[in-house]
Amino acid sequence: MRLKLLEQKIFRILMIGASCLVLGVLLMIVYALLRRGLPALSWEMITTVPGGGFYLGKEGGLLNAIVGSLMIMAGATILSLALSVPVVMFLNLYLDKTSRLAYLVRLSFDVLLGVPSIVYGAFGFMVMVFLGLRASLTGGMIVVSLLIFPIMARAMDEVAAMFPKEMKEATLSLGATKFEMVRVVLRQIAPGIATACLLSVGRAIGDAAAVLFTAGYTDSIPTSPGQPAATLPLAIFFQLSSPVPQVQDRAYAAALILTIIVLVLSVLSRWFAHKYQKNKVS
Amino acid sequence: MIATSLSSVLLREEVSAPLELLHAPNMDAATLKVRNLNVHIGEQSILRDVHVHIPSHKITCIIGPSGCGKSTLLKTFNRLLETQPGARITGELLLNGENIYREGVEVIDVRKRMGLLSQRPCPLPMSVYENIAFGCRLHGTRGRRKVMRKVVHYLQATGLWDEVRDRLHTPASRLSIGQQQRLCLARGLAVEPEIILADEATSALDPISSRIIEDLFLRLRQQYTIIMVTHTLSQAVRIADHVIFMYLGRVVEEGPASEVLHHPKHKLTQEYLSGSFS
Amino acid sequence: MNRTSVRVFLSRAAGGYMFLATMLALMLLLVIASGLFVKAYPILKQSSLWSLLTGAVWAPIRGFFGFLPFISGTLWVTGIAIVLALPVSLLTGIYLSEYAPSSVRKIAFSALDILSGIPPVVYGAWGVLVVVPFIAEWVAPYFVEYSSGYSVLSAGIVLGIMIIPLLVSLFGEVFSTVPKEIRDSALSLGATSWQTTKKVVLKSSLPGIFAATVLAISRALGETIAVLMVCGNVVQIPASLLDAGYPLPALIANNYGEMASLPGYEAALMLAALILLGIVIVFNTLSRILLLRIGRKYALQP
Repeated sequence: MRLKLLEQKIFRILMIGASCLVLGVLLMIVYALLRRGLPALSWEMITTVPGGGFYLGKEGGLLNAIVGSLMIMAGATILSLALSVPVVMFLNLYLDKTSRLAYLVRLSFDVLLGVPSIVYGAFGFMVMVFLGLRASLTGGMIVVSLLIFPIMARAMDEVAAMFPKEMKEATLSLGATKFEMVRVVLRQIAPGIATACLLSVGRAIGDAAAVLFTAGYTDSIPTSPGQPAATLPLAIFFQLSSPVPQVQDRAYAAALILTIIVLVLSVLSRWFAHKYQKNKVS
Repeated sequence: MIATSLSSVLLREEVSAPLELLHAPNMDAATLKVRNLNVHIGEQSILRDVHVHIPSHKITCIIGPSGCGKSTLLKTFNRLLETQPGARITGELLLNGENIYREGVEVIDVRKRMGLLSQRPCPLPMSVYENIAFGCRLHGTRGRRKVMRKVVHYLQATGLWDEVRDRLHTPASRLSIGQQQRLCLARGLAVEPEIILADEATSALDPISSRIIEDLFLRLRQQYTIIMVTHTLSQAVRIADHVIFMYLGRVVEEGPASEVLHHPKHKLTQEYLSGSFS
Repeated sequence: MNRTSVRVFLSRAAGGYMFLATMLALMLLLVIASGLFVKAYPILKQSSLWSLLTGAVWAPIRGFFGFLPFISGTLWVTGIAIVLALPVSLLTGIYLSEYAPSSVRKIAFSALDILSGIPPVVYGAWGVLVVVPFIAEWVAPYFVEYSSGYSVLSAGIVLGIMIIPLLVSLFGEVFSTVPKEIRDSALSLGATSWQTTKKVVLKSSLPGIFAATVLAISRALGETIAVLMVCGNVVQIPASLLDAGYPLPALIANNYGEMASLPGYEAALMLAALILLGIVIVFNTLSRILLLRIGRKYALQP
């Protein structure tokens, strides 16, 4: 009996210890980022592009990378929506819940979700070489859209599956075709789609491996889709490998900016998900 | 109490007001004959050898204990049942003499000719206005003014206009549940059907709202054939012209309300009406 | 054509288009795999897959492409990450889903959410800033004469932290499929709460724990940038925790720019990507099917 209680006590301590460790690691990461990054963070960082001696620690900022990242995300989101919306609508409106095809497609989403971004990057680069494209804004958009497609499709599929049966019957009873019902479904799950977009952008904006060979890097803001585009994760990566301490500090500042963007996206997606719960017509 | 008397005053006014429709359905049409209907879902037999004849411009009530196939029968009328996985339907369903299960009949045309009012009101995730406009546009009403005219008309027809006239562009889900059900009725009428199907359409509503719906049905009967599933016998007594009694997937007795409800021939019907089972 | 047939036609056409999109999505995996295979084919023609996988010499200039250093680097890093992350995640997962009061749970889940949101490159930056110096100054001196700190151990630690949020959330899901009644009945038999957890919850979720771990491994295998930043990138078969390593994803990422210049190099890198893809597909499919089964098994119970 004693032993049993002792065992329970030990494991309780271990469990609480493990949880504290996880929390502690987070605090350590946040602390390290703030300590190195905060002093280097300035208004200039987020409002100017790199100046002449930027990579020696002189004036300039990372506007090129911030804008580049956002442009790639916007393009990739649109491309990915263009594919995932029809797929999700087909799965949920045209196929039965028991359909083998639907099961197969959903399984393939799960597998695609696990494919490392470096593989998407390598594949994307291969296709770009095949098509004679250089590393560019377009290339980055296409590869990132591949990366976020499974995330988006799965998240959207989950909300589309909750489309109420009664509403489906009500819409059909008005004499609507399946295609005309798509409009109703989209209206109903619009907040869910927004959540899916934010979720996938939050995941992809911090990914360096996918854009490493496909988007390129440049100190200016791209003005046409064929030009290379800088991205935040790569900005961090490149500056960190510089021997100049000021440049390294900026890398941590950039890391701080990127983390804040990701956290804002995650909070926003949560807010939309919450809103969705509230407005759901059941 | 005050609320009840007030609403009955309002209702009397509404009833006395003439109800004109934008379209004039054929007065002799909209009969529904069911011949030898069998429905299976998976391996289970849900409806067996159903023969009924539903007269036009009458309120037909389908009654029977829960699980007897009332709702299933109703859903075969506008071919909604076939969207359910594993459903097999055989037999004939003649709408004005034409089999709607015949090869080559477009299901959307069939559904357009019958408006469905479900158990719980189910407004589409749009504004009040859009809820009605959606169906109108599907069936070819174009132009803002024409659509608006229909929206106003059917909101008036269901007595909802005065309550929602300044809320036309708010989400329909913000209306009260009784208003939502009337909106659903207006939405169904706006696609200009010949038959109204109601699946226990008042069971989720408060007594006043159900009374409003019942009274609407009584007035709409002049232009439409109304078929409703109900499990409240008192409702059937109040408004039915024609009654179908079902038990375990079969039609036990069918006929004018005065006969089936007051002088039932079949023993099962007598037992059900006397309340021995429900 | 009347209105109805136009609408029906539109709906069919849209359905056809959506079907094509679905097929495209379904083929995506196949297209990626076969694309990589076609590009990797030249090197596969030259020497057998087995000799490539077990070859220890990597000398692209002389035409030697032995993947063993990279494969062992990947295994070291992933292995360390799992060994470190699994007990921590399991204990945290049990604590959060079985014992923690809801206020603690709320804080912990927000913390895990933030952890899972932090981009890989930021983990890498943190690794360079904190983990690498820590290893070099505090750990390595006890074991070896000198280590830069850029080692498979550093990479394993960073990667381990990265997969903790995924593991904890998967474990939470797995534990939640254990019916409450089973727990209650064990408790009512006089078992302590830890015994209940050990004998009932853990035992019945063993397949789920396994599946979740496999999923986390497959996620860890492909992690590129964070690992690349701290693992040292030396082509060798690591002999100890403090040796530098060179995992497969890092190989691809580091050498992409120059690959076209040497014959066979591109094919070798594509083969690396293909190997990675193959492992990940197998692991993923396995764990997903397992997880689905578990979910269904419990779903059937009332």
